[in-house]
Amino acid sequence: MSELTKLTLKGALDGLKAKQFSSTELTEAFIGAIEKANPALNAYVLTTFDKAREMAGESDRRLKTGEARALEGAPLGIKDLFCTKGVRTTACSGILDTFVPPYESTVTQNLWDDGAVMLGKLNMDEFAMGSSNETSHWGPVTNPWKSNASNAPLTPGGSSGGSASAVAADLCLAATASDTGGSIRQPAAFTGTVGIKPTYGRASRYGMVAFASSLDQAGPITKTVEDAAIMLQSMCSHDAKDSTSLPNALPDFSSFVGKSIKGLRIGIPDEYRLDGIPGEIDALWEQGIQWLKDAGAEIVRISLPNTKYALPCYYIVAPAEASSNLARYDGMRFGHRTEAASSLTDTYELSRSEGFGAEVKRRIMIGTYVLSAGFYDAYYVKALKVRRRIAEDFVNAWNSCDVILTPATPSAAFQLGDTEKAADPVQMYLNDVFTVTTNLAGLPGMAVPAGLDSKGLPLGLQVIGKALDEGTTLAVGAVLEKAAGFTHKPSQWW
Amino acid sequence: MAIDVATVRKVASLSRLRESDERLESLAGQLNGILGWIEQLNEVDVSDVQPMTSCVEMTQPLRDDVVTDGGKVADVVSNAPKSLDGFFIVPKVVE
Repeated sequence: MSELTKLTLKGALDGLKAKQFSSTELTEAFIGAIEKANPALNAYVLTTFDKAREMAGESDRRLKTGEARALEGAPLGIKDLFCTKGVRTTACSGILDTFVPPYESTVTQNLWDDGAVMLGKLNMDEFAMGSSNETSHWGPVTNPWKSNASNAPLTPGGSSGGSASAVAADLCLAATASDTGGSIRQPAAFTGTVGIKPTYGRASRYGMVAFASSLDQAGPITKTVEDAAIMLQSMCSHDAKDSTSLPNALPDFSSFVGKSIKGLRIGIPDEYRLDGIPGEIDALWEQGIQWLKDAGAEIVRISLPNTKYALPCYYIVAPAEASSNLARYDGMRFGHRTEAASSLTDTYELSRSEGFGAEVKRRIMIGTYVLSAGFYDAYYVKALKVRRRIAEDFVNAWNSCDVILTPATPSAAFQLGDTEKAADPVQMYLNDVFTVTTNLAGLPGMAVPAGLDSKGLPLGLQVIGKALDEGTTLAVGAVLEKAAGFTHKPSQWW
Repeated sequence: MAIDVATVRKVASLSRLRESDERLESLAGQLNGILGWIEQLNEVDVSDVQPMTSCVEMTQPLRDDVVTDGGKVADVVSNAPKSLDGFFIVPKVVE
């Protein structure tokens, strides 16, 4: 029975269609696995097993009568950032700790319309602000992977740490996630899973708790590249309820998986060779280049000259948008309201100070500062101009290449409670150094597990594609996946 | 452009956040660290660059000006910290 949880999404869908097992059996297997693992991993902040059993029952009926839809009967985990009707959604913030949405996000509605089964809501950094899942109101998530040199608990990365941990530990077939600066790709790289952020506008942001609206984009974390294509197909759609949603028709994403990349031009950006990056990361990158060469691709050296400005640019744009988005949490219409205030201003200030965690407050204040009178032009407008320079770098690069290959993260998973990173926010922000450029430029980016470091921890490579070209991104990712033959799994210590 | 504790207090108040004096002090240090790191943007020549506000190059979509949803008072107040008969109860605004 527990073997069922080890299936890929594709394998499970095929097995369900072939009636090798029922969705109810599959769902019960996951429920058992979650009950066993979650006290140790804290990947789920809420389980919805009754709902899962009900949805699985309906899927089994449809499978029997031949009315099966694309994801019929597949048990999934949902990042707690997506509003789920009647099911508590907190974005892992104290300010939303009892919030029960009266509506459903478009991304999750698409999954349910395709027959998926909801197992529960997955842990994350508060409002997706973090790179280690330690800012969650519900406590950190533990990475199922452990170093072979130490028994210390490691971070699964963030902000989609619950999604990555749950997929890596076989606690769901696949999970939804979201990416504002690297929040899908960094956790995927830290857990040996696949994560893709599509082009900005592919997936609707309706019902996704907002962090930085011009950067936020939903995507899946999965066990394989093929599974990522299947999830993407269902999650993405044009949606009138999100004015930045793209009207472009979706290609058949799965058809790109396994496609030849012969003759494809792979860009290798000079500026991604950073000082102080472990040699193992560089070696993995070289290995990736060789794999793509072996598959018939042409390797092209490219330059993205403004890369080093991407993180500082992001740390103006994202907090500025966050400070504005999070103004809605005023303790009046929904969310936490203080018991300790009498006046209106006291109510606002105390409700927010009690409800928000330290990192969220820090970012609200940075955002307020860079938007305040006298600093708006010097910081915010300046950052928007640098953002255009960064986007133009990619436009220029596409003259000589079709996709870009980079490392996914500057290190493997680090320890929970890393005091150096906790003391200096900038150290934590550097986790996103390879991923944040694609958010600023709105491009698709995917992390694929490519190897283990000397401590036995997974490392990932990143493929960056042109706008709307998730297809080629998936094709290259699938070639890397096949060449790497990454079949490692964390040992089950929980 | 170093930020002092008084500036942090003002930013906290603009942000509708209240922090203890001790926290304001440590926040001043952190914000200075972050803003100092951000200063490197001054190296970039952006004299002829238009600010980029969106990565989606499309005209803002318009829809017909018709009512598409509504009549959901119970849903709207369902998460209110305090409500009565379909109204939000809020602290006194006018003295």
